[in-house]
Order: sequence, then C-alpha cells, then structure tokens
Amino acid sequence: MIRLFLRDLRLAIRAGGGFGLGLAFFLIVTVLVPFGVGPENATLRAIAPGILWVGALLACLLSLDRIFQLDYEDGSLDLLATAPIPLEGVVAMKAAAHWVTTGLPLTLSAPVLGLLLNLAPQAYLWLVATLAIGTPALSMIGAFGAALTVGLKRGGLLLSLLVLPLYVPTLIFGSETVRRGAEGLATETPLLLLAGITLGAMALLPFAAAAAIRINLR
Amino acid sequence: MSLWEYANPKKFIATADAVLPFVSVLAAAALLTGLIWGFFFTPDDFRQGSTVKIIYLHVPAAMMAINAWAMMLVTSLIWLVRRHHVSALAAKAAAPVGVTFTLVALVTGAIWGQPMWGTWWAWDPRLTSFLILFLFYLGYLALWEAIENPDTAADLTSVLCLVGSVFAILSRYAVNFWNQGLHQGATLSLDKEENISDVFYIPLLFSIAGFVLLFVALVLIRTQTEIRRRRLHAIELRERMA
Repeated sequence: MIRLFLRDLRLAIRAGGGFGLGLAFFLIVTVLVPFGVGPENATLRAIAPGILWVGALLACLLSLDRIFQLDYEDGSLDLLATAPIPLEGVVAMKAAAHWVTTGLPLTLSAPVLGLLLNLAPQAYLWLVATLAIGTPALSMIGAFGAALTVGLKRGGLLLSLLVLPLYVPTLIFGSETVRRGAEGLATETPLLLLAGITLGAMALLPFAAAAAIRINLR
Repeated sequence: MSLWEYANPKKFIATADAVLPFVSVLAAAALLTGLIWGFFFTPDDFRQGSTVKIIYLHVPAAMMAINAWAMMLVTSLIWLVRRHHVSALAAKAAAPVGVTFTLVALVTGAIWGQPMWGTWWAWDPRLTSFLILFLFYLGYLALWEAIENPDTAADLTSVLCLVGSVFAILSRYAVNFWNQGLHQGATLSLDKEENISDVFYIPLLFSIAGFVLLFVALVLIRTQTEIRRRRLHAIELRERMA
C-alpha cells in the first residue's frame, strides 16, 4: 500500500500539473476576488476567510478526476481491484496521495494568499490549521465522487455537481473557525466539528468509494 | 402474503392499476378540499393578513420534499440488499417528484417571505438546507441520466443516496451553527402542542393528506412507466438479437 502511495505521488508529479495546476488556480481565484469586490482593505479582510476556503475547495475539485480516471483507462484499476490488498485501502491511499499533491500545497501556500486579501493577523494560524485538518476530508469525499463517475466519458462536470453539495459541512466549519479566529472568538467547537467530519469521512467513505468502484468495474 | 410479493413487477403493476384510481380520486378530493377551504373559507391572520394562506402549499410541499428523499433512501437500501428492480425504479421515479416539491417549497417560501420579512431570500438555516437538498436532488438525477447501463445506474445512485443522506443531515445541522434564522420553528408536531389555531389547522391537514396521496399516485404511475420502459428496452434488444 505504501508502494501504491509512492507510485501515485510519482505519477502526479511527473505527469505535470499535479502540484502546479491546483496552486495556480488557487492563486488566480484569490487574485480575481479583489477585482470583483473592490480593493477596500476592510471589505477584503471581512471576506478573506471565506474566499480562501472556497478557493482551496475549488482548487481541490480541479484534480479530482485524475484520482481514478487514468488507472481506469489503462486497466491498472482492474489489477488493483483484484490485487491481494483490500480495495478500501487502495482508495484511502489514492485519496492520501491526492491530498499530498493538492491539499498540502494549498495549506502551505494559503498564508501567502492571505496577505493578498489582508487577512487579520491572528487568523493565519487558524487558516493553516483548518486547511490542514479540513483538506483531507475534501480529498476523501472527492475520491468518493471520482469513484462514482469513473466509468463515464465526460464525468468532470457531473463530478462537480455531485461533490460540491457534499463539501458544504466541511466548508462551513472550516471558514467559521477562521472567521472566529480573526475576530478573536473561541474556535474550539467548529474546529472539533471539522476534525470530526474529516475523521468520519476517512473512516467510512473508503467503503462507499470501493463499493462504487466495484460496481463500475463489473 | 408478504410485502416482497410486490417486488414482482407484474404483481406491482396489477396492484398499482387497482389502487391508482382510488388514490388519485382521494388525492384530488383532499387537495381540492384543503386548498379551497384554506384559500376561501378561512379568516385572514391578524398579523400576516391573507398571505398566511400560502401555508396550504408551502408546508405540505416542504414535508413531502423531505419524505420523498427518505423514501428514496429506503428503496435504495432495499435495492442494494435484496436486488428488487421495482425498488430501484421506485427511487428513480420518486426523485423528479421530490425535486419538484422542493422547488415548490422554495418558491412559495420566497413569495411568502417577501411581504413578511421584506426579502425574497435570506441565508436562514432552514432555507439554506432546503437549497442544499435541492442540489442533492439535482446531483442524484444527473447521475441517473449520465449512466447507460440501468443496473450500474441503480447501484451507483443508491450508493450516492446513502452517502448523500448522511451529508444532507450533517449540512442541516451545520447551517444551524452557521447562521441564526428568520424562519419560525416547527409549527406542527407529533409530540408537542400544536402552534396553530384549529381554523387553519384542519384545512392544512386536508392539504397535507392531499400532497401525500398525490405523491403516492405520481410515484406509482412513474414506477409503472419505468417498468414498462425497461420491458420495452428488453423487447427491442431481443428483436435486434433475433
């Protein structure tokens, strides 16, 4: 399973666009917002937590169809399904590789983009913390969506339609924590709920995603 | 006599044919009674004036929007566990009805909200969770449309329905946390005192019964259609092979 994880990492890096594309997208979304709402620092500061979270979420969405699509097309997904390791583990590893190539860079680059949006100084810590805790859930939920649509020719748009409503709770708790952190309020409750969603998703969704892959490979 | 006999498509169609006239007539009668009584023979509310009458559409539609999803959840589970095709087709048949009820609840809510709250839309927890429910319905319908193999489609939409239900409930409580609401709390309740005067309550009960029966009738008709469409498909395939 660790080999599979490393293999996915290597593929994502060598194929290009693994790290870069998501990050560039995140940057562009963040840069576009001031053009849309105007350059007042107060306005930007108020909306910065939400914008950064929505941007990270969309950047995450961008690379979801890569999780299974290529393996499905060249047949390696069939081999993985018949391999002696459980398919649930395969799904979890692929989601983990997706997180390392998108969620992690997004988390690390978010403070820089926070500067652009004039994020409140005390919110940086919470921004990084919530993204670190919340983006694994985004990858895992996304892997489930990708597993549902893996058999489809043009599944990309459908994938967004399926996955975005599932992202709602993660987004709410993530940006709420940052917002509260920016205003100096207590952040424990939303942070714990966010962690709860991530852990719940990691515990249960591999089974749902593996079931969906088995159906698609039938 | 067991419930599973209706998993036989032939038996299901025969029973549905026998039941449908009664259900349809009862649905029409209850809806007409509830709506006409509600619209023309109840007094205006002392604060809300005549806008209170939209309750006869808004509340039953909202109730059935949620119940339709619950029904899809149950039929999806039955399909996944017992592989009865009628069950999967019933879930498929219920989804467009459910999404319509959701839309009716959202639109009537907006029309009611404009004079009462001074706004068509507010990011209130109840309104927001209904909008999210609407998105879930859209995703479910789109997945049915996208997959060609009917059994694969039934399987995948059922899995989506199960996972979606969990996330829909999560979202329902997450939005509570996210914003305080304009919408009032529950008016009707099974175990607490009702917060509504009998003058409005009795016609409302008629219109709720009407919506329930309408839903049953529509789902029966649509499930029959789906079964027949499936048969037609099988016949066409057989002729092409011969």
